[in-house]
Amino acid sequence: MRPGRRILGSEHLAGWVFVLPATVLIVVFGIIPIGWVVLLSLQHNDLLAAPTWAGLSNYRELVHDPEFRDSVRRTIVYTALFVPISVGGALAVALLLHSEIRFNRFYRTAVFVPVATSTVATGILFNWLLDPTYGIANYLLGKVGLGPYGFFQDPDQALYAIVAMTVWGWLGFDVIIYLAALQGIPGDVLEAAALDGAGRWATFRHVVLPLLSPATLFLVVWSTINALQVFDEIYVTTRGGPLQATTVIVYELYNQAFALFHAGYAAAIALVLFLITLVFSVLQLWVGNRRVHYSS
Amino acid sequence: MRMRLPFSPRHLALVPISALMLLPLVWMFVTSVETLDQTRHFPPTLIPSGFHWSNYRAAWDQAPFGRFFVNSLIVTGTAVASNLLFCSLAGYAFARLRFFGREVLFIALLATLMVPFQVIMIPTFLIVQHLGLVDSLGGLIAPNLVTPFGIFLLRQFFRTLPVDLEEAARIDGCTRLGVLFRIVLPLSLPALATLGIVTFLWTWNDFLWPLIVITSTDQSTVQLGLASFQGAHDTKWNLLMAGNVMALAPMLIVFVVAQRWFVRSLASTGIR
Repeated sequence: MRPGRRILGSEHLAGWVFVLPATVLIVVFGIIPIGWVVLLSLQHNDLLAAPTWAGLSNYRELVHDPEFRDSVRRTIVYTALFVPISVGGALAVALLLHSEIRFNRFYRTAVFVPVATSTVATGILFNWLLDPTYGIANYLLGKVGLGPYGFFQDPDQALYAIVAMTVWGWLGFDVIIYLAALQGIPGDVLEAAALDGAGRWATFRHVVLPLLSPATLFLVVWSTINALQVFDEIYVTTRGGPLQATTVIVYELYNQAFALFHAGYAAAIALVLFLITLVFSVLQLWVGNRRVHYSS
Repeated sequence: MRMRLPFSPRHLALVPISALMLLPLVWMFVTSVETLDQTRHFPPTLIPSGFHWSNYRAAWDQAPFGRFFVNSLIVTGTAVASNLLFCSLAGYAFARLRFFGREVLFIALLATLMVPFQVIMIPTFLIVQHLGLVDSLGGLIAPNLVTPFGIFLLRQFFRTLPVDLEEAARIDGCTRLGVLFRIVLPLSLPALATLGIVTFLWTWNDFLWPLIVITSTDQSTVQLGLASFQGAHDTKWNLLMAGNVMALAPMLIVFVVAQRWFVRSLASTGIR
């Protein structure tokens, strides 16, 4: 049989017909943009007029831009707080929920509901809760002798307030993942540990935690990627302020591209963001995979 | 002797945690039925003097929430339907059919998963601009018609199904499309539900892409409309919270009613 016939053979043809719509769409909206963003980063482009060649000047500018450097620093501070707090907090909550106690369904619903709450609604809601003058947060904290705080309006507190708000919004998803992983731990493993005389802490530390490690690795990588990309909640609350205190990388990227129309410069920022995301993910997966315990 | 509590000590932690998660939403509702004066008072008015439902009427009148909902429904509905269709077709081909270039294509499509949307949003905007779809629902929908994640999810699921049934159907003269729609998909409802629910949540709550593509109010989605509603009514918190409740209520109700499905779907995106 000639090779041409084989390619036109029915299974080849059917295969391509089946994947064609998805492939065209992913090429147009997934693959072409990757090449294009590299090209853009080498251009001066205002999204309207014909672009001009810029060579590496966008990158050269980027390296010396203190505003960009600060946005990277803030993003990393945010990520370094958000990831351990949300993943660690979710582990604790999941362990508490993984039992047959009364009201369990209610507790679960309470923890899961923010997952369905959009980032925009979360932002508007927290603007109100954390309002320095009339907000209920300052009222409740005042009851225990704390505050009043400026929260989003205080440059020294805004980023931490963003951390608190986003942990509230994302915790439920992590808890769902951990509960599914806990469900997967066979009871006889725990019984065996108990028979061997392991205490509760030892069982947790040496049996449960290792069995949860694939879920932990997934959540750490996933949360890190999301934290490095945080934008919505900041746009709706602080708009990167006050005094740039919450201008993270994607906010800077958005601002450069769609407010200042420096699309070439913004493309360079986007590629640096990609590089940072890639380095973090690869590093976490590399370190994680040596420690993760995959049960067969 | 150890004192024993009459209830599990877990409640001591779970009650405050639940309160922390729920109180913001409860407070959102309480504020939404207060008068403007009550919201501008410190200490806050914890129990409103009756339900001022007129805030909802006022919010509804001052921004076209009905229009936002219709737009969001169109965008989300189209994205869910097209993801289910195209990802099924592609996922089935990648799982079962042997065709030229299959492995390379699969890896290439999957590789795009590694690139976050934020990285490619500028060229994506330029592509939508070239297609003449800026400031239209089409522009919102186009990049969301198919996700590599969906193809991967369905392919993995299809591969766990026994192949015998499909072969028997083929021998009986069923077409490949017939096999997919009559045999494979009815067996794949859990995976399809997962893809549908995740696409629904993601598209409905998406903000960044509408923010970039849409400029006019009558093309806004719920999320974008809500954000500009906030911009227009700065500190009228009762009005803003009424808008928030209206925007959130449908999703929250669906979520609580179908919680089991949502949870199972989200859980299966993480594990494996």
